[in-house]
Amino acid sequence: MDLERIRKDFPILETKINGNNLIYLDNAATSQKPKSVINSLVDYYEKYNSNVHRGVHSLSVKATDEYEKSRSKVREFINADRDEEIIYTRNASESLNIIAHSWGSKNINKGDDIFITPFEHHSNIVPWQELCKNNKANLKYIPLTESGDVDLNKFKSMISAKTKLISVTHMSNVLGTVLPVKEIMDMAKSTSAVTVIDACQSVPHMPVDVKDLDCDFLCFSGHKMLGPTGIGVLYGRFDILSEMPPFLFGGDMISEVTYEDAKWNDLPYKFEAGTPNIADAIGLGVACDYLKSIGMKNVWNHEVEIGEYIFNKFKSLDNFEILGEKSKEKRGGVVSFSHNKIHPHDIGSGLDRFGIAIRTGHHCAMPLVRSYGIVAASRASVYIYNTKKEIDIFIDHLLEVEEYFK
Amino acid sequence: MSDLSDFDDMYQEVIIDHYKNPRNSKKLSGRYDETKAHNPFCGDEIELQLMISDDGIIEGISVIGRGCAISQSSGSLMGDSIRGKSIKEARNINLNIRSMLKDEELSDGDLDSIGDSYAIEGVKKFPVRIKCALLSWSALNEILNKY
Repeated sequence: MDLERIRKDFPILETKINGNNLIYLDNAATSQKPKSVINSLVDYYEKYNSNVHRGVHSLSVKATDEYEKSRSKVREFINADRDEEIIYTRNASESLNIIAHSWGSKNINKGDDIFITPFEHHSNIVPWQELCKNNKANLKYIPLTESGDVDLNKFKSMISAKTKLISVTHMSNVLGTVLPVKEIMDMAKSTSAVTVIDACQSVPHMPVDVKDLDCDFLCFSGHKMLGPTGIGVLYGRFDILSEMPPFLFGGDMISEVTYEDAKWNDLPYKFEAGTPNIADAIGLGVACDYLKSIGMKNVWNHEVEIGEYIFNKFKSLDNFEILGEKSKEKRGGVVSFSHNKIHPHDIGSGLDRFGIAIRTGHHCAMPLVRSYGIVAASRASVYIYNTKKEIDIFIDHLLEVEEYFK
Repeated sequence: MSDLSDFDDMYQEVIIDHYKNPRNSKKLSGRYDETKAHNPFCGDEIELQLMISDDGIIEGISVIGRGCAISQSSGSLMGDSIRGKSIKEARNINLNIRSMLKDEELSDGDLDSIGDSYAIEGVKKFPVRIKCALLSWSALNEILNKY
């Protein structure tokens, strides 16, 4: 991996923040965009802006073609079987809501169990809470072992005929922990439960293969994987998606409309009512191209290496504590930490003076952060363009900020 | 290369002092009003107790919480600014604080009314932190609105 060349592809890395070179360590929130992705948006708007699936004119044909080509790229990126299994959404939250609403309201009944883990982002908690409230089902949590791992043995004993849905994050956005999703998917096989993986933190950072994982649904956001904001993906197994009622009704999602009734369009259009986010979908395809050209294994190895580097730096710092997973094998390039006195917001504001962007707060995972007995944490999360030198600068200034508040 | 010197605008000595040694942090006893405020974006928490006399004077105040230096010192300073004030005066100070953080013009009298809490003025240069500074003032609003 040629870091120097990669960094040149990201124009924002030239930006000065408060007089300093930007050191962007908030990648778990959103990633930066390479020039190729940015150019693809400009290209679409400057050269072939047009609506899709409607016109007979050349621009519309070109726009439709690029929009659908992008879908194929996404399909290939996660190794799905069919383009029809790739539904474009706004983001992973919307994808999860579609499952809860379209699949859940029809298939979850009184007394059924839905399982999630204590590691989830709010977007993989709240839709299920609402579904359970509405359909009088039970939201249950896969228990943890004393060392903080998912307790697969205990979980096995909790699964029953009542288990109808299991939705787990592939990698914690707070702790960086990679969950044993494959094992969990395997366990689900003993029931009729439908399985969902929140892959927001995995698809951008490691090779993800839906056939290998053998999940029913997989959700992720484009903006965390070098793509534009406002575009996300719902992958679903063809047979399950086929049985699901539409989520939104309107244009593009119908095959025939009379004054009285309508017939639904085929997949994936059944779930893409209205004019879609054409430009950003095309941009996401270009982001897939970019990541593919680097190789997802290389991306992952780089991030684990930098994650480990940050982790080791923190080991020698007295007043800081790292949250969660300590073993390198189970952790990606996400490191959350707390200080025994200084609040994350003060640390975050301090680092910002030096052009260093980290996330501070509850990271949209309030229950998890609170389980550590704190109200907020600081998080450094890396991507393909981050260097060890940047980490050195980050740590130096972190100590300077600590000194300030002493 | 910048350093943390312009940071001093926000983190004035008074702020750091109130953060490290919060005033008004003893729980009240007897008859008092109570509310909790919470900033969901950063997890800052404030628990505010006010003892308001029958003739509408804030006689006692307790601000307890956990969070960043701005939210906690602002609560501590608020106690100093509103103790002994009438409900009407406290409402007015609350409005003035908000105007100050929005960088709006204030008369000398309005500025004076703010008292020690003037120390949080520097936060206006850091818009994302204004919410932190106003957490306890929002809690104050909640109690005063009942009167």
